[in-house]
Amino acid sequence: MATPATIHSHAPQGFIRKYIFSLDHKVIGIQYFFLALTAVFVGMFLSLLMRIHMIWPNAALPLVGEIKPETYLTLLTMHGTIMVFFVLTTAPQGGFGNYFLPIQIGAPDMAFPVLNMLSFWTTFVGFVVIIAAFFVTGGAPLHGWTGYPPLSAVQASGPGEGLGADLWITSIAIFCLASLMGALNFITTTLDLRAKGMTLMRMPLTVWSWFITAILGLLAFGVLLSAGILLLLDRNIGTSFYVPLIVMNGQVMQHKGGSPLLWQHLFWFFGHPEVYIAILPGMGVASQILSTFSRKPIFGYKAMVYAMLSIGFFGFMVWGHHMFMSGMSPYSAFAFSILTMCIGVPSAIKTFNWLGTMWKGHIRFQSPMLYAIGFVSLFVSGGLSGPFLAQPVLDIQLHDTYFVVGHFHLIMGVAAIFGIFAATQYWFPKMFGRMMNETWARIHFFITLAGTYAIFMPMHYLGMAGQTRRYSQFTEVAYQSKLIPLQTFMTYAAIITIAAQFIFLVNLFWSMFKGPKASDNPWEATTLEWTTTTPPPHDNFGGRTPVVHHGPYEYGVPGAPKDYVMQNDPATIATH
Amino acid sequence: MGLALMFVIWLITLVSTYFFVAKTWWLPAGASAAAAWIDGQFALTFIIMGIVFLAAQLGLGYIVWRYSEKPDSPPVSYSHGNTKMEVVWTVLTAILFIGLNLMGSRVWASQRFDPAEAGAVPVEVTGMQFAWYFRYPGPDGKYGTTSPKLMDPSAGGEAAVGLNTADPAAKDDVVTGTMYLPVNREIDISLRAVDVIHSFFVPSLRFKQDAVPGLNIHMHFKPTVIGEYEIACAELCGLGHYKMHGMVHVVSQEDFDKWLAAREAEKQ
Repeated sequence: MATPATIHSHAPQGFIRKYIFSLDHKVIGIQYFFLALTAVFVGMFLSLLMRIHMIWPNAALPLVGEIKPETYLTLLTMHGTIMVFFVLTTAPQGGFGNYFLPIQIGAPDMAFPVLNMLSFWTTFVGFVVIIAAFFVTGGAPLHGWTGYPPLSAVQASGPGEGLGADLWITSIAIFCLASLMGALNFITTTLDLRAKGMTLMRMPLTVWSWFITAILGLLAFGVLLSAGILLLLDRNIGTSFYVPLIVMNGQVMQHKGGSPLLWQHLFWFFGHPEVYIAILPGMGVASQILSTFSRKPIFGYKAMVYAMLSIGFFGFMVWGHHMFMSGMSPYSAFAFSILTMCIGVPSAIKTFNWLGTMWKGHIRFQSPMLYAIGFVSLFVSGGLSGPFLAQPVLDIQLHDTYFVVGHFHLIMGVAAIFGIFAATQYWFPKMFGRMMNETWARIHFFITLAGTYAIFMPMHYLGMAGQTRRYSQFTEVAYQSKLIPLQTFMTYAAIITIAAQFIFLVNLFWSMFKGPKASDNPWEATTLEWTTTTPPPHDNFGGRTPVVHHGPYEYGVPGAPKDYVMQNDPATIATH
Repeated sequence: MGLALMFVIWLITLVSTYFFVAKTWWLPAGASAAAAWIDGQFALTFIIMGIVFLAAQLGLGYIVWRYSEKPDSPPVSYSHGNTKMEVVWTVLTAILFIGLNLMGSRVWASQRFDPAEAGAVPVEVTGMQFAWYFRYPGPDGKYGTTSPKLMDPSAGGEAAVGLNTADPAAKDDVVTGTMYLPVNREIDISLRAVDVIHSFFVPSLRFKQDAVPGLNIHMHFKPTVIGEYEIACAELCGLGHYKMHGMVHVVSQEDFDKWLAAREAEKQ
């Protein structure tokens, strides 16, 4: 399929315009990817310190020293914030979405290249600001990634609640701005720049997932931005949006009449859609890969699209399920609970369809497929604890315990990360022109799959036994100290799993320079990114404008010369 | 590779399930009237989700092994899905999930929408960094007023909750650091927080509710088994969150009356 790259639009010259302040969506995608890669290793390092501290609270660690209870809380705050914003939102959407959405719809670039560049560099500034919080007087904040006021709104509430907390919320506000820019760009690009023949119902499911994620981002990040500004005002100029009359250390604070629950409503109005912002692109990638490597059309394409749309729609109506124990009206808990159960339905449809896609397929176990299968397994495991937590009556026991921590780590954390692994293995050849090492990818896959289950499955047992989250040590409550052996097991599992991530890292960089050269379509896939050269030219298709004739997952088509029909194949073959 | 993957997925699934089914770690024994309901709903949810978990994971493992590409594999069925099947499993899942939810709502409703029984024992619970205080209104059945200006957490007791000792209704109020409750009596809780959000969690009593500054949240429950139960703060409240611990002593009515009388006597 290699076409000589006759570049029509001018590729920028000079290192800075080409690689730093680039307008090319592919370069920006790679920049996002490396930003997320940096962030994930920072976030993972923080989690390592947390796991060590929980088991050996008084250990003096090299470089870090002894971790105090308040330091533990700053670790978990920063771990959560960095992972949610700068990894789970940044890599799947900013990274792979940026790189492949335009190519998959046959566009030469994003609709607004300058906005795209701005969006990346704004995200970058946000990352610098949050890292800076570690180094200011008092250190990083300790109020958790959810930052509930009054804890997060009053400087006297604890160490790190001074400048560190201001930087934390400022960083999030900056991130919101960047995400809004990105969301606008993704939506416009999808609606306006599709190639001829690329109808909405011929878009790859990855494109659908990025498109829906962008809509969620547009609606959610604006709310978080506003909420964050109000929090900054409460913190610094004495407003009382979130803070009622309170007494801190015997001092009556200068606040009156605010509502701590207001923040929770605004935060979770963002926070729940954020879960889907993190996982939808993973669903898209898994669908794409499962179909490609089963050599079968995706089972129920339309059902998949409608399922994602309804997940997005319901995603905005369930935020209250984070607040069953908050003192919110118990009547609204009914509504939120029923709607939350409803959102389980499209998630179940997706799982059925993934299994249906593999059923009677020809499964090829190349590394992208392994991670995609891992994604399905983790998605099922993480998803099935949802119906427990969606019931207010069970939330009485499970809310704010490790059961919740296990639930969201499996589904929003590890499943989404497996989506990122799958995407990396799948698109690496197109992005960097070389193949990743399969053997090391398999070793990494198996250790990580077993390891993440060993870390996060026991959290459900702990939660049932009543182990509360965000405790820096478990020695102060008798029934919790009995659970320390299980925590110890999880710490060992975490150390092994974290060590295994260096296999991935080394494989990534080694393959970037030393891996075998990749062909244009190494996976025999059908979507448009595989019709162009590897890596794609500056304008993606070397002056050609692709014309689309088929749906995205035409595998095993009867009568076709090969077992797949590419989307731009002009041959008249009867596909659906 | 398909075989290896099936083995790993099955192993993970079966080991995870074993520890659930063997109840190696499980809910602590319930000691309140709501516990049986909550545990029953938990068990029902657990059985349904457990079956789905096993079916999905074992099925996934089987499929990846069974349909690995082999040289002699028959051609794939060129199918874009099956609308009838989609509708069937959508409807089934919807009935299952929503039905489960409706069944569990009764307990939630009874705890929150019905007022406490007449003659319930009133106790006010106050959370602050990093301690719980419990106030009993005394023989007059009325809580005295409190004032933020009077709050002095370092002094503990009455001063910590800012009791206005000039108020006649406050004269017989008892403030303690440990909670005593009579068994088989409905307890009418008023939940408050003075500084940040805390959460009053007693796993054995199947009770949890956030204490929110600015709100006075009323709840009720009935302990049914005499014993000592631990309170663990369940909402991140600052550096001492992990040691914001307390005890509930559920005792007989006589012991409770004796204990309360002794506290009243101390106060006079």
